[in-house]
Amino acid sequence: MSIKGKAYIAGIYEHPTRHAPDKSTAQLHAEVAKGALEDAGLTSADVDGYFCAGDAPGGAWPMVDYLGLKVRHIDSTETGGCSYIIHIGHAAQAIAAGKCSIALVTLAGKPRTSVMAPRAAGAEADFEAAYGATTHNAYGMCAMRHMHDYGTTSEQLAWIKVAASHHAQYNPHAMLKDVVTVEDVVNSPLISDPLHRMDCCVVTDGGGALIVTTPEIAKSLKKPLVRLIGHGEAMKGPRGGKDLDLTYSAGVWSGPRAFEEAGVTPQDMKYASIYDSFTITVLMQLEDLGFCKKGDGGKFVSDGNLISGVGKLPFNTDGGGLCSNHPVNRGGMTKIIEAVRQLRGEAHPKVQVPNCDLALVHGTGGLLGVRHAASTAVLERV
Amino acid sequence: MTEAKKYPAPQGNPETQPFWDAAKEGKFLIKRCMACGEAHYFPRSICPFCFSDKTVWEESPGEGEIYTFSLMRKSASGPYAIGYVKLKEGPAVQTNFVDCDLHALKIGQKVKVVFKPTDGAPLPFFTPV
Repeated sequence: MSIKGKAYIAGIYEHPTRHAPDKSTAQLHAEVAKGALEDAGLTSADVDGYFCAGDAPGGAWPMVDYLGLKVRHIDSTETGGCSYIIHIGHAAQAIAAGKCSIALVTLAGKPRTSVMAPRAAGAEADFEAAYGATTHNAYGMCAMRHMHDYGTTSEQLAWIKVAASHHAQYNPHAMLKDVVTVEDVVNSPLISDPLHRMDCCVVTDGGGALIVTTPEIAKSLKKPLVRLIGHGEAMKGPRGGKDLDLTYSAGVWSGPRAFEEAGVTPQDMKYASIYDSFTITVLMQLEDLGFCKKGDGGKFVSDGNLISGVGKLPFNTDGGGLCSNHPVNRGGMTKIIEAVRQLRGEAHPKVQVPNCDLALVHGTGGLLGVRHAASTAVLERV
Repeated sequence: MTEAKKYPAPQGNPETQPFWDAAKEGKFLIKRCMACGEAHYFPRSICPFCFSDKTVWEESPGEGEIYTFSLMRKSASGPYAIGYVKLKEGPAVQTNFVDCDLHALKIGQKVKVVFKPTDGAPLPFFTPV
């Protein structure tokens, strides 16, 4: 039993806003849902499955009611920023099982306008909350140990931001459109050692949505056909503190599962959307997914190897979270959307990968240095 | 003189109360599984490695070395360094490094537990030896 080819991504929409003090969060969810349905050529009455994560105000039931949906399948799996990559796998499972035929996935929120509520505490709270783990220092701890074990440098990490900025210059909606240099990145202020300000993603209001559907329905619509052929998910945490190793992520498990299901290898990928909450996130995930050996990530990302038209692995051609958009501090949705644009041939001409027929989407949710989830999806243009 | 940083009091629960009771006496406890022999942290009643319920409290000298750290340059309460210590017994412990030059921290540095007061039970931190 496999989900290979059982579901197609027929609609995508990324909200153009990066700052939305004049809108409600539920309204943003509705706007991206409307955008994705219009992109697919469908209406809200066609939707029979709904997927959302922790950013949906009140969870699935108020959202389904607010949007006026009538659904027979609901999934509110919450794994932080990679929730939406998990959602497309779960949507494919539901579609393959006949539980729904047109699934809507939404993400939206306003962290730039107002501070987000903290995540509910787990069993670890008394033993961790006082130590002030944030995204910055949790990823900083990973980078610090990666540098110690493998000799990775700040200059190598900087190349990831440089590549993202080369792509963002062509995206009219990108929050940061200026091309930057390695020197710009390493000379930006240290936020949490060894990560500099330019190693960090943007904070943006906004959102995005997807329509996942059956092969038959997708073929009846007008958009180029993009299907899911492999999917994996995994979680990693300190697990009682035994053999703690912060130099790898749960991508070492989710990646191989997705590639095996798809019957392809990392080297077959023409394009990759790689979660970029921080530069170190990208570097570790590239290693974990098998684009290079563990410890060689620094060399792999250097000298423009991630720049479309320049390097071997074009990544995040919309400018990614590092330069364009990281709505609700959750980058998974925009990673899927840019991969679909590439497969459809709808990316900006300056960054469009020629004959892009196979693309990877990979994301992380939670805190890489504490406990996190990962999800990998392989998408194919039919 | 800067005011001492105020840390939140642990809430405690039936599973972890012995840890906080010991902390009040300056003792640092870990848990060990009598079935598989592995030590773990933070404490659970069921072993996370073999799922046995034969876990017992064990006093640790709280000695180990820095596995990794990150110095947060700015926060509402000033700079602070979060990190993990690998205890001599094996388990890694998330903590902050205190009572030291935060700019001189190094991976592999030897550290020891030190308790800091809260409005409830004291919390374990680590400081270079």
